[in-house]
Amino acid sequence: MDIRKVKTLIELLENSGVVELEIREGDSSIRINRGGGSTTVVTTAPPAAAPVSAAPAAPVQPEAAPTGTVLKSPMVGTYYSAPSPDSSPFVRLGQTVKEGDTLCIIEAMKIMNPIEAENAGTVVEILVENGHPVEFDQPLFVIA
Amino acid sequence: MFDKVVIANRGEIALRILRACRDLGIKTVAVHSAADRELKHVRLADESVCIGPAAPADSYLNIPAVIAAAEVVDAVAIHPGYGFLSENADFAERVERSGFVFVGPKAETLRLMGDKLSAIAAMQAAGVPCVPGSGRPLTDNNEDNAALARGIGYPVIIKASGGGGGRGMRVVHSEGALRNAIALTRREAATAFQNDSVYLEKFLEHPRHIEFQVLADHHGNVIHLGERDCSMQRRHQKIIEEAPAPGIDAATRQRMGMVCVEACKRIGYRGAGTFEFLYENGEFYFIEMNTRIQVEHPVTEMVTGIDLVKQQLLVAAGEPLAIRQEDVQFSGHAVECRINAEDPQTFRPSPGTISLYHPPGGPGVRIDSHIYAGYTVPPYYDSLIGKLICHAGTRDAALARTYNALTELVIEGIDTNAPLHMDLVTDAAFIQGGTDIHFLERRQAQS
Repeated sequence: MDIRKVKTLIELLENSGVVELEIREGDSSIRINRGGGSTTVVTTAPPAAAPVSAAPAAPVQPEAAPTGTVLKSPMVGTYYSAPSPDSSPFVRLGQTVKEGDTLCIIEAMKIMNPIEAENAGTVVEILVENGHPVEFDQPLFVIA
Repeated sequence: MFDKVVIANRGEIALRILRACRDLGIKTVAVHSAADRELKHVRLADESVCIGPAAPADSYLNIPAVIAAAEVVDAVAIHPGYGFLSENADFAERVERSGFVFVGPKAETLRLMGDKLSAIAAMQAAGVPCVPGSGRPLTDNNEDNAALARGIGYPVIIKASGGGGGRGMRVVHSEGALRNAIALTRREAATAFQNDSVYLEKFLEHPRHIEFQVLADHHGNVIHLGERDCSMQRRHQKIIEEAPAPGIDAATRQRMGMVCVEACKRIGYRGAGTFEFLYENGEFYFIEMNTRIQVEHPVTEMVTGIDLVKQQLLVAAGEPLAIRQEDVQFSGHAVECRINAEDPQTFRPSPGTISLYHPPGGPGVRIDSHIYAGYTVPPYYDSLIGKLICHAGTRDAALARTYNALTELVIEGIDTNAPLHMDLVTDAAFIQGGTDIHFLERRQAQS
Protein backbone atom coordinates (compact mmCIF):
# COMPACT_ATOMS: atom_id res chain seq x y z
CA MET A 1 0.00 0.00 0.00
CA ASP A 2 1.40 3.37 -1.06
CA ILE A 3 2.46 5.11 2.18
CA ARG A 4 1.20 8.49 0.97
CA LYS A 5 -2.18 6.97 0.34
CA VAL A 6 -2.23 5.49 3.83
CA LYS A 7 -1.27 8.88 5.31
CA THR A 8 -4.04 10.65 3.35
CA LEU A 9 -6.55 8.04 4.47
CA ILE A 10 -5.56 8.57 8.10
CA GLU A 11 -5.93 12.33 7.72
CA LEU A 12 -9.32 11.91 6.04
CA LEU A 13 -10.43 9.73 8.91
CA GLU A 14 -9.24 12.17 11.52
CA ASN A 15 -11.13 15.04 9.89
CA SER A 16 -14.38 13.15 9.46
CA GLY A 17 -16.87 11.33 11.64
CA VAL A 18 -15.80 7.94 10.25
CA VAL A 19 -14.48 5.61 12.95
CA GLU A 20 -13.23 2.61 10.98
CA LEU A 21 -12.25 2.20 7.37
CA GLU A 22 -11.33 -1.02 5.60
CA ILE A 23 -10.18 -1.31 2.01
CA ARG A 24 -9.60 -4.52 0.19
CA GLU A 25 -8.26 -5.24 -3.23
CA GLY A 26 -7.39 -8.68 -4.22
CA ASP A 27 -5.48 -10.24 -1.36
CA SER A 28 -4.25 -6.99 0.16
CA SER A 29 -6.21 -4.96 2.63
CA ILE A 30 -5.82 -2.12 5.03
CA ARG A 31 -7.93 -1.41 8.05
CA ILE A 32 -7.73 1.92 9.89
CA ASN A 33 -9.45 2.30 13.23
CA ARG A 34 -9.83 5.57 15.07
CA GLY A 35 -10.92 4.29 18.44
CA GLY A 36 -10.08 5.94 21.76
CA GLY A 37 -8.45 9.00 20.26
CA SER A 38 -5.63 7.12 18.56
CA THR A 39 -5.44 5.70 15.09
CA THR A 40 -4.34 2.13 14.50
CA VAL A 41 -3.46 0.86 11.07
CA VAL A 42 -3.48 -2.79 10.14
CA THR A 43 -2.17 -3.80 6.77
CA THR A 44 -2.09 -7.38 5.55
CA ALA A 45 -0.53 -7.57 2.14
CA PRO A 46 1.61 -6.10 -0.63
CA PRO A 47 0.73 -2.64 -1.92
CA ALA A 48 -2.18 -2.19 -4.27
CA ALA A 49 -4.13 0.90 -5.23
CA ALA A 50 -7.75 0.60 -4.15
CA PRO A 51 -10.88 2.74 -4.23
CA VAL A 52 -12.01 3.96 -0.84
CA SER A 53 -15.18 2.39 0.51
CA ALA A 54 -16.43 2.98 4.00
CA ALA A 55 -19.41 2.67 6.30
CA PRO A 56 -19.59 6.36 7.03
CA ALA A 57 -21.13 8.19 9.94
CA ALA A 58 -20.54 11.29 7.82
CA PRO A 59 -19.74 11.72 4.14
CA VAL A 60 -16.07 11.19 3.22
CA GLN A 61 -14.60 13.68 0.72
CA PRO A 62 -13.05 12.15 -2.41
CA GLU A 63 -9.28 11.90 -2.10
CA ALA A 64 -8.36 13.22 -5.57
CA ALA A 65 -7.02 16.79 -5.53
CA PRO A 66 -9.40 19.05 -7.46
CA THR A 67 -7.94 20.17 -10.76
CA GLY A 68 -9.13 23.73 -11.04
CA THR A 69 -9.61 26.67 -8.75
CA VAL A 70 -11.40 26.12 -5.48
CA LEU A 71 -13.80 28.90 -4.54
CA LYS A 72 -13.93 29.15 -0.75
CA SER A 73 -16.67 30.80 1.23
CA PRO A 74 -15.80 34.38 2.27
CA MET A 75 -18.24 34.28 5.16
CA VAL A 76 -20.34 32.23 7.57
CA GLY A 77 -23.95 31.58 6.69
CA THR A 78 -26.42 29.32 4.96
CA TYR A 79 -25.73 28.27 1.35
CA TYR A 80 -28.50 28.54 -1.21
CA SER A 81 -27.97 27.26 -4.74
CA ALA A 82 -30.86 29.22 -6.28
CA PRO A 83 -32.20 32.78 -5.98
CA SER A 84 -35.43 31.49 -4.44
CA PRO A 85 -36.87 28.12 -3.36
CA ASP A 86 -38.74 27.59 -6.66
CA SER A 87 -36.15 28.96 -9.10
CA SER A 88 -33.59 26.89 -10.90
CA PRO A 89 -30.09 26.96 -9.44
CA PHE A 90 -27.61 29.66 -10.42
CA VAL A 91 -25.20 27.06 -11.84
CA ARG A 92 -25.15 23.36 -12.63
CA LEU A 93 -22.30 20.91 -12.92
CA GLY A 94 -20.55 21.31 -16.24
CA GLN A 95 -21.84 24.83 -16.78
CA THR A 96 -19.46 27.46 -18.13
CA VAL A 97 -19.15 30.61 -16.03
CA LYS A 98 -17.44 33.99 -16.48
CA GLU A 99 -15.62 35.90 -13.78
CA GLY A 100 -18.22 37.82 -11.79
CA ASP A 101 -21.12 35.44 -12.50
CA THR A 102 -23.26 34.75 -9.43
CA LEU A 103 -22.75 31.15 -8.34
CA CYS A 104 -24.82 31.03 -5.16
CA ILE A 105 -26.19 32.99 -2.23
CA ILE A 106 -24.94 32.85 1.35
CA GLU A 107 -27.48 34.13 3.81
CA ALA A 108 -26.47 35.61 7.13
CA MET A 109 -28.54 37.68 9.54
CA LYS A 110 -31.44 37.75 7.06
CA ILE A 111 -29.24 39.30 4.35
CA MET A 112 -28.71 37.42 1.07
CA ASN A 113 -25.13 37.79 -0.14
CA PRO A 114 -24.46 36.79 -3.75
CA ILE A 115 -21.17 34.97 -4.21
CA GLU A 116 -19.44 35.58 -7.51
CA ALA A 117 -17.01 33.49 -9.56
CA GLU A 118 -13.41 34.63 -9.19
CA ASN A 119 -12.32 33.07 -12.48
CA ALA A 120 -13.88 31.94 -15.75
CA GLY A 121 -14.23 28.24 -16.48
CA THR A 122 -16.39 25.18 -16.08
CA VAL A 123 -18.03 24.20 -12.82
CA VAL A 124 -16.52 20.77 -12.25
CA GLU A 125 -17.56 20.31 -8.63
CA ILE A 126 -20.25 21.66 -6.31
CA LEU A 127 -19.15 20.85 -2.78
CA VAL A 128 -22.12 21.97 -0.68
CA GLU A 129 -25.79 21.15 -0.55
CA ASN A 130 -28.62 23.65 -0.77
CA GLY A 131 -29.70 24.94 2.62
CA HIS A 132 -26.60 23.73 4.45
CA PRO A 133 -24.50 25.95 6.73
CA VAL A 134 -21.06 26.98 5.57
CA GLU A 135 -18.17 28.45 7.48
CA PHE A 136 -15.44 30.90 6.46
CA ASP A 137 -12.95 29.37 4.00
CA GLN A 138 -15.12 26.32 3.36
CA PRO A 139 -14.63 25.07 -0.23
CA LEU A 140 -17.81 25.66 -2.27
CA PHE A 141 -17.02 25.14 -5.96
CA VAL A 142 -14.22 23.91 -8.17
CA ILE A 143 -13.98 25.82 -11.43
CA ALA A 144 -11.58 24.54 -14.03
CA MET B 1 -30.86 26.15 31.02
CA PHE B 2 -29.63 26.95 27.54
CA ASP B 3 -29.53 24.14 25.02
CA LYS B 4 -26.58 25.49 23.06
CA VAL B 5 -24.11 28.35 23.61
CA VAL B 6 -21.73 30.01 21.17
CA ILE B 7 -18.35 30.76 22.75
CA ALA B 8 -17.31 34.01 21.06
CA ASN B 9 -13.71 34.07 22.18
CA ARG B 10 -10.46 32.13 22.02
CA GLY B 11 -7.58 30.79 24.08
CA GLU B 12 -7.82 30.05 27.77
CA ILE B 13 -11.11 31.83 28.46
CA ALA B 14 -12.87 29.98 25.66
CA LEU B 15 -11.76 26.72 27.24
CA ARG B 16 -12.94 27.98 30.63
CA ILE B 17 -16.38 28.79 29.22
CA LEU B 18 -16.52 25.42 27.47
CA ARG B 19 -15.85 23.64 30.76
CA ALA B 20 -18.60 25.60 32.55
CA CYS B 21 -21.02 24.78 29.73
CA ARG B 22 -20.18 21.09 29.94
CA ASP B 23 -20.73 21.18 33.72
CA LEU B 24 -24.23 22.52 33.03
CA GLY B 25 -24.97 20.10 30.20
CA ILE B 26 -24.97 22.87 27.60
CA LYS B 27 -23.91 22.06 24.03
CA THR B 28 -20.90 24.10 22.97
CA VAL B 29 -20.13 25.86 19.70
CA ALA B 30 -16.62 27.21 19.16
CA VAL B 31 -16.46 30.08 16.69
CA HIS B 32 -12.87 30.69 15.67
CA SER B 33 -10.60 32.33 13.11
CA ALA B 34 -8.81 30.39 10.39
CA ALA B 35 -5.62 30.67 12.48
CA ASP B 36 -7.27 29.04 15.49
CA ARG B 37 -8.48 25.71 14.11
CA GLU B 38 -6.16 23.85 16.46
CA LEU B 39 -7.24 25.62 19.64
CA LYS B 40 -7.94 23.14 22.40
CA HIS B 41 -11.52 24.26 22.99
CA VAL B 42 -12.23 24.11 19.23
CA ARG B 43 -11.21 20.47 19.25
CA LEU B 44 -13.31 19.73 22.32
CA ALA B 45 -16.45 21.68 21.38
CA ASP B 46 -19.55 19.89 20.13
CA GLU B 47 -19.50 22.05 17.01
CA SER B 48 -17.12 24.57 15.55
CA VAL B 49 -17.54 27.28 12.93
CA CYS B 50 -14.71 29.14 11.25
CA ILE B 51 -15.87 32.75 11.09
CA GLY B 52 -13.03 34.57 9.37
CA PRO B 53 -9.33 34.99 8.72
CA ALA B 54 -6.74 35.46 11.46
CA ALA B 55 -7.11 39.24 11.89
CA PRO B 56 -9.37 39.93 14.91
CA ALA B 57 -11.25 42.68 13.05
CA ASP B 58 -12.39 40.09 10.51
CA SER B 59 -13.11 37.30 12.96
CA TYR B 60 -13.49 37.73 16.73
CA LEU B 61 -14.53 41.38 16.35
CA ASN B 62 -16.69 40.68 13.30
CA ILE B 63 -20.21 41.10 14.68
CA PRO B 64 -22.13 39.82 11.62
CA ALA B 65 -19.89 36.76 11.39
CA VAL B 66 -20.38 35.82 15.05
CA ILE B 67 -24.13 36.28 14.88
CA ALA B 68 -24.38 34.45 11.54
CA ALA B 69 -22.54 31.52 13.11
CA ALA B 70 -25.01 31.50 16.00
CA GLU B 71 -27.81 31.41 13.44
CA VAL B 72 -26.46 28.53 11.40
CA VAL B 73 -25.91 26.33 14.46
CA ASP B 74 -29.21 27.35 16.05
CA ALA B 75 -27.63 28.46 19.30
CA VAL B 76 -29.59 30.02 22.13
CA ALA B 77 -26.98 32.23 23.80
CA ILE B 78 -23.59 33.80 23.12
CA HIS B 79 -20.88 34.08 25.79
CA PRO B 80 -18.41 36.83 24.85
CA GLY B 81 -15.63 36.02 27.37
CA TYR B 82 -13.36 39.01 28.06
CA GLY B 83 -11.81 41.48 25.63
CA PHE B 84 -13.04 41.39 22.00
CA LEU B 85 -16.79 42.11 21.92
CA SER B 86 -17.50 41.44 25.61
CA GLU B 87 -18.07 45.11 26.49
CA ASN B 88 -19.34 46.22 23.08
CA ALA B 89 -22.84 47.63 23.56
CA ASP B 90 -23.65 47.44 19.83
CA PHE B 91 -22.79 43.76 19.82
CA ALA B 92 -24.93 43.04 22.89
CA GLU B 93 -27.82 44.90 21.29
CA ARG B 94 -27.55 43.10 17.95
CA VAL B 95 -27.25 39.73 19.66
CA GLU B 96 -30.49 40.34 21.52
CA ARG B 97 -32.24 41.76 18.44
CA SER B 98 -31.25 38.65 16.52
CA GLY B 99 -33.04 36.56 19.11
CA PHE B 100 -30.10 35.30 21.17
CA VAL B 101 -29.23 35.80 24.83
CA PHE B 102 -26.10 37.85 25.47
CA VAL B 103 -24.35 36.42 28.53
CA GLY B 104 -23.65 39.67 30.30
CA PRO B 105 -25.29 42.96 31.31
CA LYS B 106 -27.80 44.90 29.24
CA ALA B 107 -26.50 46.92 26.29
CA GLU B 108 -27.39 50.19 28.04
CA THR B 109 -25.26 49.18 31.04
CA LEU B 110 -22.33 48.40 28.74
CA ARG B 111 -22.81 51.83 27.19
CA LEU B 112 -22.94 53.56 30.58
CA MET B 113 -19.82 51.84 31.93
CA GLY B 114 -17.94 51.81 28.62
CA ASP B 115 -17.65 55.58 28.65
CA LYS B 116 -15.32 56.07 31.60
CA LEU B 117 -16.63 59.56 32.31
CA SER B 118 -20.30 58.56 32.42
CA ALA B 119 -19.28 55.60 34.60
CA ILE B 120 -17.59 57.98 37.06
CA ALA B 121 -20.64 60.27 37.07
CA ALA B 122 -22.94 57.28 37.72
CA MET B 123 -20.72 56.07 40.55
CA GLN B 124 -20.52 59.50 42.14
CA ALA B 125 -24.31 59.69 42.06
CA ALA B 126 -24.35 56.26 43.72
CA GLY B 127 -22.06 57.49 46.51
CA VAL B 128 -19.00 55.54 45.36
CA PRO B 129 -15.80 57.50 46.09
CA CYS B 130 -13.88 58.46 42.93
CA VAL B 131 -10.43 59.82 42.11
CA PRO B 132 -10.41 63.63 42.25
CA GLY B 133 -10.58 64.80 38.65
CA SER B 134 -12.08 67.03 36.01
CA GLY B 135 -15.30 64.93 36.08
CA ARG B 136 -15.95 66.00 32.51
CA PRO B 137 -14.21 65.91 29.12
CA LEU B 138 -11.47 68.48 28.58
CA THR B 139 -12.15 71.28 26.11
CA ASP B 140 -9.52 72.80 23.81
CA ASN B 141 -9.21 75.78 26.15
CA ASN B 142 -5.65 75.58 27.47
CA GLU B 143 -6.14 78.08 30.32
CA ASP B 144 -9.18 76.15 31.47
CA ASN B 145 -7.27 72.86 31.42
CA ALA B 146 -4.30 74.36 33.25
CA ALA B 147 -6.61 75.73 35.95
CA LEU B 148 -8.30 72.34 36.32
CA ALA B 149 -4.94 70.61 36.67
CA ARG B 150 -3.78 73.15 39.25
CA GLY B 151 -6.98 72.57 41.21
CA ILE B 152 -6.41 68.81 41.22
CA GLY B 153 -2.70 69.17 41.97
CA TYR B 154 0.22 67.69 40.04
CA PRO B 155 1.00 65.05 39.07
CA VAL B 156 -2.13 64.49 37.00
CA ILE B 157 -3.03 61.76 34.53
CA ILE B 158 -4.84 62.33 31.22
CA LYS B 159 -7.19 59.48 30.36
CA ALA B 160 -9.22 58.65 27.25
CA SER B 161 -12.97 58.51 27.95
CA GLY B 162 -13.35 55.66 25.49
CA GLY B 163 -10.33 53.78 26.80
CA GLY B 164 -9.85 51.56 29.78
CA GLY B 165 -7.87 48.42 30.56
CA GLY B 166 -4.76 50.55 31.00
CA ARG B 167 -4.77 52.01 27.50
CA GLY B 168 -4.93 55.68 26.43
CA MET B 169 -3.24 57.29 29.45
CA ARG B 170 -0.47 59.81 30.03
CA VAL B 171 1.00 61.21 33.24
CA VAL B 172 1.91 64.91 33.50
CA HIS B 173 4.15 66.23 36.26
CA SER B 174 4.14 69.94 35.57
CA GLU B 175 2.10 72.61 33.84
CA GLY B 176 4.66 73.10 31.09
CA ALA B 177 4.05 69.60 29.73
CA LEU B 178 0.25 69.67 30.01
CA ARG B 179 -0.76 71.15 26.67
CA ASN B 180 1.27 68.81 24.49
CA ALA B 181 0.41 65.78 26.60
CA ILE B 182 -3.31 66.46 26.13
CA ALA B 183 -2.89 66.85 22.36
CA LEU B 184 -0.89 63.62 22.12
CA THR B 185 -3.35 61.62 24.23
CA ARG B 186 -6.23 62.94 22.15
CA ARG B 187 -4.55 61.79 18.93
CA GLU B 188 -3.86 58.34 20.34
CA ALA B 189 -7.40 58.04 21.64
CA ALA B 190 -8.86 59.03 18.28
CA THR B 191 -6.89 56.26 16.60
CA ALA B 192 -7.34 53.56 19.22
CA PHE B 193 -10.94 54.20 20.30
CA GLN B 194 -12.40 56.40 17.53
CA ASN B 195 -13.13 58.89 20.31
CA ASP B 196 -10.73 61.70 21.18
CA SER B 197 -12.50 62.70 24.39
CA VAL B 198 -10.07 62.90 27.34
CA TYR B 199 -10.36 63.84 31.02
CA LEU B 200 -8.03 64.57 33.93
CA GLU B 201 -7.53 62.74 37.20
CA LYS B 202 -5.17 63.08 40.10
CA PHE B 203 -2.26 60.71 39.58
CA LEU B 204 -1.81 58.72 42.76
CA GLU B 205 1.86 57.96 43.32
CA HIS B 206 1.73 54.85 45.51
CA PRO B 207 -1.68 53.30 45.04
CA ARG B 208 -2.58 49.64 45.12
CA HIS B 209 -5.11 48.24 42.64
CA ILE B 210 -7.93 46.61 44.60
CA GLU B 211 -11.09 45.47 42.83
CA PHE B 212 -14.38 43.99 44.02
CA GLN B 213 -16.27 41.15 42.31
CA VAL B 214 -20.04 41.35 42.08
CA LEU B 215 -22.70 38.98 40.78
CA ALA B 216 -26.25 40.03 39.97
CA ASP B 217 -29.20 38.07 38.62
CA HIS B 218 -32.10 39.33 36.49
CA HIS B 219 -34.37 39.58 39.54
CA GLY B 220 -32.60 42.36 41.44
CA ASN B 221 -30.48 40.14 43.67
CA VAL B 222 -26.85 41.25 43.95
CA ILE B 223 -23.97 39.87 45.99
CA HIS B 224 -20.29 40.69 46.27
CA LEU B 225 -17.56 38.07 46.39
CA GLY B 226 -14.83 40.10 48.01
CA GLU B 227 -11.81 41.79 46.59
CA ARG B 228 -8.69 41.03 44.59
CA ASP B 229 -5.35 42.83 44.72
CA CYS B 230 -3.92 43.27 41.22
CA SER B 231 -1.10 45.70 42.00
CA MET B 232 1.66 43.70 40.33
CA GLN B 233 1.48 45.34 36.88
CA ARG B 234 3.67 46.24 33.97
CA ARG B 235 2.52 49.14 31.78
CA HIS B 236 -0.95 48.95 33.30
CA GLN B 237 -1.22 45.24 32.44
CA LYS B 238 -1.75 42.91 35.40
CA ILE B 239 0.81 40.16 35.88
CA ILE B 240 0.00 38.69 39.29
CA GLU B 241 -3.33 38.86 41.09
CA GLU B 242 -4.36 37.62 44.54
CA ALA B 243 -7.32 37.25 46.86
CA PRO B 244 -7.86 38.48 49.47
CA ALA B 245 -5.96 41.79 49.35
CA PRO B 246 -3.28 41.93 52.04
CA GLY B 247 -4.19 44.28 54.87
CA ILE B 248 -7.91 44.56 54.07
CA ASP B 249 -9.92 43.46 57.09
CA ALA B 250 -13.36 41.83 57.04
CA ALA B 251 -15.14 45.05 58.06
CA THR B 252 -13.60 47.03 55.19
CA ARG B 253 -14.38 44.19 52.79
CA GLN B 254 -17.99 44.16 53.83
CA ARG B 255 -18.31 47.96 53.73
CA MET B 256 -16.80 48.38 50.24
CA GLY B 257 -18.52 45.24 48.99
CA MET B 258 -21.90 46.67 49.97
CA VAL B 259 -21.04 50.02 48.32
CA CYS B 260 -20.55 48.08 45.08
CA VAL B 261 -23.72 46.01 45.60
CA GLU B 262 -25.79 49.17 46.11
CA ALA B 263 -24.28 50.76 43.00
CA CYS B 264 -25.22 47.64 41.01
CA LYS B 265 -28.80 47.80 42.22
CA ARG B 266 -28.99 51.46 41.27
CA ILE B 267 -27.88 50.85 37.68
CA GLY B 268 -29.82 47.59 37.24
CA TYR B 269 -26.67 45.56 36.76
CA ARG B 270 -26.95 41.96 35.55
CA GLY B 271 -24.28 39.26 35.46
CA ALA B 272 -20.72 39.22 36.70
CA GLY B 273 -18.84 42.50 37.10
CA THR B 274 -15.86 44.10 38.78
CA PHE B 275 -15.45 47.50 40.41
CA GLU B 276 -11.83 48.66 40.12
CA PHE B 277 -10.38 50.98 42.74
CA LEU B 278 -7.08 52.61 43.51
CA TYR B 279 -6.32 52.27 47.21
CA GLU B 280 -3.97 54.70 48.93
CA ASN B 281 -3.58 55.70 52.59
CA GLY B 282 -6.61 53.69 53.55
CA GLU B 283 -8.90 55.36 50.98
CA PHE B 284 -10.61 53.72 47.99
CA TYR B 285 -11.00 55.66 44.71
CA PHE B 286 -13.18 54.25 41.89
CA ILE B 287 -11.49 54.24 38.49
CA GLU B 288 -13.63 51.99 36.29
CA MET B 289 -16.05 49.08 36.17
CA ASN B 290 -15.48 45.98 34.05
CA THR B 291 -18.80 44.65 32.86
CA ARG B 292 -17.64 41.13 32.05
CA ILE B 293 -15.81 38.14 33.49
CA GLN B 294 -12.18 39.03 34.17
CA VAL B 295 -8.94 37.21 33.50
CA GLU B 296 -8.23 36.96 37.24
CA HIS B 297 -11.60 35.54 38.26
CA PRO B 298 -10.03 32.21 39.39
CA VAL B 299 -8.51 33.67 42.55
CA THR B 300 -12.00 34.64 43.73
CA GLU B 301 -13.25 31.18 42.79
CA MET B 302 -10.50 29.54 44.85
CA VAL B 303 -11.18 31.50 48.05
CA THR B 304 -14.99 31.38 47.82
CA GLY B 305 -15.57 28.02 46.16
CA ILE B 306 -18.02 29.68 43.75
CA ASP B 307 -17.81 28.99 39.97
CA LEU B 308 -18.20 32.45 38.45
CA VAL B 309 -18.56 31.39 34.82
CA LYS B 310 -21.27 28.86 35.71
CA GLN B 311 -23.01 31.62 37.66
CA GLN B 312 -22.85 33.87 34.58
CA LEU B 313 -24.63 31.20 32.54
CA LEU B 314 -27.18 30.53 35.27
CA VAL B 315 -28.15 34.18 35.73
CA ALA B 316 -28.24 34.75 31.96
CA ALA B 317 -30.67 31.82 31.72
CA GLY B 318 -32.93 33.66 34.15
CA GLU B 319 -32.15 31.66 37.28
CA PRO B 320 -32.38 33.63 40.53
CA LEU B 321 -29.12 33.70 42.47
CA ALA B 322 -28.95 30.64 44.71
CA ILE B 323 -26.21 32.27 46.79
CA ARG B 324 -27.07 34.86 49.43
CA GLN B 325 -24.50 37.32 50.75
CA GLU B 326 -24.31 35.45 54.05
CA ASP B 327 -23.48 32.24 52.12
CA VAL B 328 -20.29 33.81 50.75
CA GLN B 329 -17.37 32.62 52.88
CA PHE B 330 -13.71 33.32 52.31
CA SER B 331 -11.11 30.68 52.97
CA GLY B 332 -7.35 30.84 52.59
CA HIS B 333 -5.38 32.79 50.01
CA ALA B 334 -5.03 32.43 46.24
CA VAL B 335 -2.36 33.78 43.88
CA GLU B 336 -2.58 33.84 40.08
CA CYS B 337 0.37 34.20 37.72
CA ARG B 338 -0.40 35.17 34.11
CA ILE B 339 1.85 33.04 31.92
CA ASN B 340 2.61 34.94 28.71
CA ALA B 341 4.43 33.78 25.60
CA GLU B 342 7.09 36.48 25.82
CA ASP B 343 10.76 37.01 26.51
CA PRO B 344 11.09 37.33 30.30
CA GLN B 345 13.55 40.25 30.00
CA THR B 346 12.54 42.21 26.92
CA PHE B 347 8.83 41.25 27.09
CA ARG B 348 8.87 40.76 23.33
CA PRO B 349 6.07 38.37 22.26
CA SER B 350 7.28 34.85 21.54
CA PRO B 351 4.83 33.02 19.28
CA GLY B 352 5.80 29.57 18.01
CA THR B 353 5.29 25.86 18.51
CA ILE B 354 5.33 24.40 21.99
CA SER B 355 7.54 21.34 21.74
CA LEU B 356 7.13 20.18 25.33
CA TYR B 357 4.48 21.07 27.88
CA HIS B 358 4.18 19.71 31.37
CA PRO B 359 1.81 21.49 33.77
CA PRO B 360 2.27 21.36 37.54
CA GLY B 361 -0.26 19.69 39.80
CA GLY B 362 -1.07 18.66 43.32
CA PRO B 363 -3.30 20.06 46.06
CA GLY B 364 -4.22 23.71 45.65
CA VAL B 365 -2.68 23.98 42.18
CA ARG B 366 -4.89 24.98 39.26
CA ILE B 367 -3.87 25.63 35.65
CA ASP B 368 -6.27 27.43 33.30
CA SER B 369 -4.60 27.01 29.93
CA HIS B 370 -5.39 25.95 26.40
CA ILE B 371 -1.89 24.97 25.41
CA TYR B 372 -0.64 21.46 24.72
CA ALA B 373 2.53 19.88 23.35
CA GLY B 374 2.57 20.53 19.60
CA TYR B 375 0.28 23.59 19.81
CA THR B 376 1.46 26.61 17.85
CA VAL B 377 0.92 29.96 19.58
CA PRO B 378 -0.19 32.28 16.78
CA PRO B 379 1.24 35.80 16.43
CA TYR B 380 -2.11 37.51 15.87
CA TYR B 381 -3.49 37.68 19.40
CA ASP B 382 -2.39 38.57 22.91
CA SER B 383 0.38 36.58 24.52
CA LEU B 384 -1.55 35.05 27.44
CA ILE B 385 -1.13 31.28 27.18
CA GLY B 386 -2.19 30.24 30.64
CA LYS B 387 -2.83 31.11 34.26
CA LEU B 388 -1.30 29.32 37.22
CA ILE B 389 -3.47 29.69 40.29
CA CYS B 390 -2.32 28.38 43.67
CA HIS B 391 -4.42 28.28 46.82
CA ALA B 392 -3.34 27.54 50.38
CA GLY B 393 -4.32 28.34 53.95
CA THR B 394 -2.14 31.45 54.22
CA ARG B 395 -0.58 33.97 51.84
CA ASP B 396 2.93 32.76 52.61
CA ALA B 397 1.92 29.17 51.88
CA ALA B 398 0.19 30.22 48.64
CA LEU B 399 3.30 32.08 47.46
CA ALA B 400 5.53 29.11 48.35
CA ARG B 401 3.15 26.75 46.56
CA THR B 402 3.26 29.06 43.52
CA TYR B 403 7.04 28.94 43.46
CA ASN B 404 7.05 25.14 43.71
CA ALA B 405 4.46 24.85 40.96
CA LEU B 406 6.52 27.15 38.72
CA THR B 407 9.53 24.86 39.17
CA GLU B 408 7.39 21.96 37.93
CA LEU B 409 6.05 23.89 34.93
CA VAL B 410 7.74 22.97 31.64
CA ILE B 411 7.05 24.94 28.46
CA GLU B 412 9.63 24.46 25.72
CA GLY B 413 9.77 25.82 22.19
CA ILE B 414 8.72 29.35 23.12
CA ASP B 415 9.81 31.89 25.73
CA THR B 416 7.55 32.56 28.68
CA ASN B 417 7.55 34.89 31.66
CA ALA B 418 7.65 31.95 34.11
CA PRO B 419 11.16 32.99 35.27
CA LEU B 420 9.87 36.48 36.04
CA HIS B 421 7.08 34.99 38.15
CA MET B 422 9.58 32.88 40.07
CA ASP B 423 11.53 36.06 40.86
CA LEU B 424 8.45 37.97 41.91
CA VAL B 425 6.87 35.39 44.24
CA THR B 426 10.18 35.15 46.11
CA ASP B 427 10.74 38.92 46.22
CA ALA B 428 11.04 40.12 49.82
CA ALA B 429 8.91 43.23 49.30
CA PHE B 430 6.17 41.31 47.51
CA ILE B 431 6.18 38.63 50.19
CA GLN B 432 5.71 41.32 52.79
CA GLY B 433 2.58 42.38 50.92
CA GLY B 434 0.99 45.68 49.93
CA THR B 435 3.33 46.60 47.05
CA ASP B 436 1.85 49.32 44.84
CA ILE B 437 1.16 49.45 41.10
CA HIS B 438 4.54 51.07 40.34
CA PHE B 439 6.54 48.46 42.22
CA LEU B 440 7.43 46.31 39.20
CA GLU B 441 8.56 49.28 37.09
CA ARG B 442 10.77 50.58 39.88
CA ARG B 443 12.21 47.11 40.44
CA GLN B 444 13.04 46.69 36.74
CA ALA B 445 14.57 50.16 36.55
CA GLN B 446 16.95 49.16 39.34
CA SER B 447 18.22 46.00 37.63
